[in-house]
Amino acid sequence: MKLSPKVIAAATVIALTGLSAQAQALRIGLAEDPDVLDPSLARSFVGRIVFSALCDKLLDVDEKLNIVPQLATAYEWSADSKSLTLKIRPGVTFHDGEKLDAAAVKFNLERHKNLPGSARRGELAPVASVDVVDANTVRLNLSAPFSPLLAQLTDRAGMMVSPKAAQAAGDKFGVKPVCSGPFKFVERVAQDRIVLERFTGYWNKDAVNFDKVTYTPIPDATVRLANLKSGQLDFIERVATSDMEKLQTDKRFKTSRITEIGYQGLTINIGKSDRAKSNPLGRDARVREAFELSLDRQGLAQVVMDNEAQVGNQWVSPSNSFYAKSLPVPKRDIEKAKALLKQAGVSNPSFTLMTPTTSDAQRMALVIQAMTREAGFDVKIQATEFATSLNLADKGDFEAYALAWSGRPDPDGNLFSFHGCKQPLNYSGYCSPETDALLEKSRTLRDPAQRKKVFEEIAAKVLKERPVIYLYHRNWLWAYNGKLSGVRNIPDGLLRVSGLKMAP
Amino acid sequence: MLDYLLRRLASILPTLLLVSVLIFALQQLLPGDPAKILAGEDQDPAVIAHLQEKLHLNESLPVRYAYWMGGVLTGDLGDSVRTQLPVIDLILQKLPVTLELAVLAMLIALLIGIPAGVVSAVGRGTPWDYVANVFALWGLSTPNFWLGILLILIFSVQLGWLPASGYVSPFEDLRANLAAMIMPAFVLGNAIAAVLMRHTRSAMLQVLSSDYVRTARAKGLSETTVVLKHALRNALTPIITLGALELGTLLSGAVLTEQVFTIPGFGKLIVDAVFNRDYLVVQGVVLFTATAYIVLNLMADMAYFWANPRMRR
Repeated sequence: MKLSPKVIAAATVIALTGLSAQAQALRIGLAEDPDVLDPSLARSFVGRIVFSALCDKLLDVDEKLNIVPQLATAYEWSADSKSLTLKIRPGVTFHDGEKLDAAAVKFNLERHKNLPGSARRGELAPVASVDVVDANTVRLNLSAPFSPLLAQLTDRAGMMVSPKAAQAAGDKFGVKPVCSGPFKFVERVAQDRIVLERFTGYWNKDAVNFDKVTYTPIPDATVRLANLKSGQLDFIERVATSDMEKLQTDKRFKTSRITEIGYQGLTINIGKSDRAKSNPLGRDARVREAFELSLDRQGLAQVVMDNEAQVGNQWVSPSNSFYAKSLPVPKRDIEKAKALLKQAGVSNPSFTLMTPTTSDAQRMALVIQAMTREAGFDVKIQATEFATSLNLADKGDFEAYALAWSGRPDPDGNLFSFHGCKQPLNYSGYCSPETDALLEKSRTLRDPAQRKKVFEEIAAKVLKERPVIYLYHRNWLWAYNGKLSGVRNIPDGLLRVSGLKMAP
Repeated sequence: MLDYLLRRLASILPTLLLVSVLIFALQQLLPGDPAKILAGEDQDPAVIAHLQEKLHLNESLPVRYAYWMGGVLTGDLGDSVRTQLPVIDLILQKLPVTLELAVLAMLIALLIGIPAGVVSAVGRGTPWDYVANVFALWGLSTPNFWLGILLILIFSVQLGWLPASGYVSPFEDLRANLAAMIMPAFVLGNAIAAVLMRHTRSAMLQVLSSDYVRTARAKGLSETTVVLKHALRNALTPIITLGALELGTLLSGAVLTEQVFTIPGFGKLIVDAVFNRDYLVVQGVVLFTATAYIVLNLMADMAYFWANPRMRR
């Protein structure tokens, strides 16, 4: 029997699709189980990793934190900075086939603002109203200029869900989310897996090379790595710092290290409660300066993080364009620290450092304790379970608190809520009318150079008072199958599944 | 026997009611505000206020208990605040997994523990006894998480024989299911086998030195009949109790083992819920496992009747 070219071609196609179908599932290991999958209600970092495959946003950030188009193809501010006009990408549909147009964007922004319990309300607070200009144009009218708005739209506040599905599901939307990302929701088994499948109607479908994505939460880093090594997973996030060196020499795997946009810091109670007055650290800025001078940040990063961190002294890392270069990372200086303590009239200041119970945090606390002892500090370590520590921090029932922040692309997200008077994350109790005025001013400016200048002024004030002593910016550490290509190292630590490809 | 059964059944309801009060009350002792931890990183005051209202945290304790109990009695255990998934769905998702793991672990424990106990009692002082005792000591003193990671490193990473994790339903693929379950079941079963072995050994030693065993031997019965039919059956009573208790413990979830092998069972569910202060999940799952525990104990008591005819009178 002779095979006709047609038959051969058909057989080849079948064979090829058969082959590729096998390789087209991407299995990702997460460090935690995400919370609710509703962009309006979601509150966890890890949930954002899943969202980046499930729900497209109006805007996105790139490797350099530049704001780039996603669902909105262009944006334009009004001259008075009080309205932002967005051009919506034409022809985009949600996973249920509904149209993503200006009306849908208006619905979503209003849902973010009005859904009971929405965690986005604060992020979009200055958005007073949304106008549908035409089918593909919306205008956001602000109550006051608010330059961090664009950055907000690159995160959950910019995520769009199907209005029809959202209306039908009410406050249960997160159980079966319907968005417009490259993958659509299939199923979720809590603490076991979240399964997504390719959305064939995706606007940028050429960039999608997998049929299915599975997210598996595996809290233990050793086990996560074992799963990658044994081939159960293709990609893992948050690799243990101690495993990186060996992984880099293993030809079967590739790794990524990206300096985070967040930070690790020590929050000091300087005015949150009466306890601020009861210890020398909270009472006297000179003691805090001495404390900072007795720290060797590089040594800390080396011992605690195996050098998988960039040392820093501000809310953004020294490589960020908004870093105030006039205020560099101070060097360790025990003599000066001792002199400052003498000036302040305390030779052996003692205080309690509240830390999370993780082994990293414990190690950090021990190293800090040892380092600062040389200057005369007596640091008592109080390991506290996270929920409890939040409560104590909020009540001001602490002296110093080791707290990490996952970070936001705009410096405002690392700054405003921490150092504005009475802001929700201001655990230190720092409150200065001048800083508040500068913080407000920074939000009204759009020009990066002008903003940078204001941030520098804020840094000069805040770093002198030291309500937070910033220590370092951790690296996001990823490890993945050596055949996987197209991994984008974006500093927000969220893996973009679009563009990923697995070689056969 | 029926009379006894009825009396025991009647005592279950008040016990469960007491358990529900205890679960609820103990949770309140946990420090920290559930609304705060559930509000996530941003600690938005509006979100916290909304969660406080949703969880009835502003109400008095009896009112909150009444809200919960009212739901429970109408078959509604509420929803997880963290994920929005209904608690009953979470339980039903995890029950088959936990049940399978518990039963497999128990099987392994029984298959190893009882024969080892019998052998070491019968061969007291012989090398067999020492081998069994060393095994028991190893089983009791090996931490589950360590053994788990060791097994993963050997059988998954080095040899590549078994998957490191990834639960598959037995109805989907029985082979893959067993491949995923064998290591965690062994880790759990190994520890229980050690306990069972020790108890079987001491119960057997006691029974073997009793008069009726001597009589049985004197009648000329074979040693196998004496040991397995006459002695073991009598020695089983305490082991049944122990087995039921261990099974009950397994049902409430094997936290560390589940964590290491990423088995989506009750243990992980409860621990995550406790850390996230997802109260309705904790209360629902603990109430469920408490019920299972009580029922298992009842079944164990019933099993005595089978094992020990004297109790039937």
